[in-house]
Amino acid sequence: MAEVLVVVENGVKKVTLEMLTIARGLGSVSAVVFGEADTAKLGEFGAEKIYVASGEDVDGYLVAPKATVVAELVKQVQPAAVLLASTQEGKEIAGRLAIKLDNGLLTDAVEVAADGTATQVVFAGSTIVKSKVTKGIPIVTVRPNSVTPAPSAATPAVEQLTVAVTDADKLTKVVERVAEQKGSRPELTEAGIVVSGGRGVGNADNFKLVEELADLLGGAVGASRAAVDSGYYPHQFQVGQTGKTVSPQLYVALGISGAIQHRAGMQTSKTIVAVNKDAEAPIFELADYGVVGDLFKVVPQAADEIRKRK
Amino acid sequence: MNIVVLVKQVPDSGAERTLSPSDNTVERGPGNVINEMDEYAIEEALKIKEAHGGEVTVLTVGPAGATDSIRKALSMGPDKAVHVQDDALHGSCAVATSKVLAAALRTLNADLIISGAESTDGRVQVVPHMLAELLGVAALTGARKLTVDGSQLTVERQTDEGYEVVTAATPAVVSVWDTINEPRYPSFKGIMAAKKKPVQALTLGDLGISGDEVGFAGATSQVLEFTKRPARTGGAKVVDEGNGGEQLVAYLATEKFV
Repeated sequence: MAEVLVVVENGVKKVTLEMLTIARGLGSVSAVVFGEADTAKLGEFGAEKIYVASGEDVDGYLVAPKATVVAELVKQVQPAAVLLASTQEGKEIAGRLAIKLDNGLLTDAVEVAADGTATQVVFAGSTIVKSKVTKGIPIVTVRPNSVTPAPSAATPAVEQLTVAVTDADKLTKVVERVAEQKGSRPELTEAGIVVSGGRGVGNADNFKLVEELADLLGGAVGASRAAVDSGYYPHQFQVGQTGKTVSPQLYVALGISGAIQHRAGMQTSKTIVAVNKDAEAPIFELADYGVVGDLFKVVPQAADEIRKRK
Repeated sequence: MNIVVLVKQVPDSGAERTLSPSDNTVERGPGNVINEMDEYAIEEALKIKEAHGGEVTVLTVGPAGATDSIRKALSMGPDKAVHVQDDALHGSCAVATSKVLAAALRTLNADLIISGAESTDGRVQVVPHMLAELLGVAALTGARKLTVDGSQLTVERQTDEGYEVVTAATPAVVSVWDTINEPRYPSFKGIMAAKKKPVQALTLGDLGISGDEVGFAGATSQVLEFTKRPARTGGAKVVDEGNGGEQLVAYLATEKFV
């Protein structure tokens, strides 16, 4: 059975386990890891083989060296497919890979069939598309929260790759990596529960209310563009057309009117609940459960009620 | 500094969008606009020109109707535009489109190529790195801040965790998010001036690309089918009469979230 390469750019995340789960339907799973390999976790989800590429030549420069490593590996092992995460960097590696190999690529897949056909949800969640790579092997990026990761124990063989990057791969130097994410909340795109605040939250300080509910539910915090543009919350938490696309089990919209800009990023969520003082807010058109009321009364009461039930 | 800004015309993301039932390409209705993120790219280019001098050229690959967006882009202040237009381009994939852009860029000798980080229609995000790969230049993508010091570029690249500081020398491709600046509105003078600014039309032949390398003929991927997702419908809606929070949690409990 041909190998399927699963590219792990930045540590094992939930989307990594989803990719491993999908990859098992396409062939024998080989993970390509940059940096430290979490052999136990990758094996638990079915990786038969782990290729490790590490060192300053990989870490010290932006994207290009990783694409070179994967491209060399593709030439060497002739895999049935390459899966990458639909993160900014995952997509960028995929793009370079497609050029290097003169190969097609598909991004933001939520499903990959055994024949490589990918399912994508486009146009703000309104349209479902099935696509196929018609030149070369399927190079597909997978959107987080697409499938439920399922374990399937394997004992992976670990192979250290010799990294041979070119001067062209070293044109953009990474000088510093700065973490700004607050607390220990799950990552926004991977979270099973997302609690978001909008303009109705009123100011940056009030976002504590959104964070409190998120923490009680074990979720991530998101924000609408209106809230981000008003400076209430940092941009990396923006959900919407010009921010992150999320697809959690539960999405809680607090003080968010539900403009199309926002809906674009969240309307494939499984369950949506909303609190808004405007009964006519469009968010209620998609909410499975809506409370028309003052979020400064409803949310603290909900938080107390959750604490009582715990 | 010789700056080229990539501008893509897309369907308005605020209106209903669809694929064409006849060939599964993005349907281009009357309400097409400049890809929103590209306006931030134009603004950034103009700011650099204002601070360091040089010239700003808009580069668009697209059908005849894209001229509207090119004029709109020029009305913000760029000096001129290049429009690659050829019927054979219809149905081009990202790989082919980036090859066409790269061929056009080779004729323009840019020090700095700036694009939006993604388009609102495809949201694929791959073109800047594809161009860097094809042209053999540096890519500094996902910028929320760009600093130019002579030929040295420094970018704060937005990441899920925070940001990365990345540096490179020109020539380079930079892609920008909407956090980088606040695009200016075209002035009346700008709109009038844009009508007279040169727009150079290029065909695939001018770029030495044959028709079978692009469009459906040269596509590396294919949309097989599409279906409309059923619209969500609103469920229960209660008005808070003092126990809205409790009711909300009761609902979450029935759905097993609490």
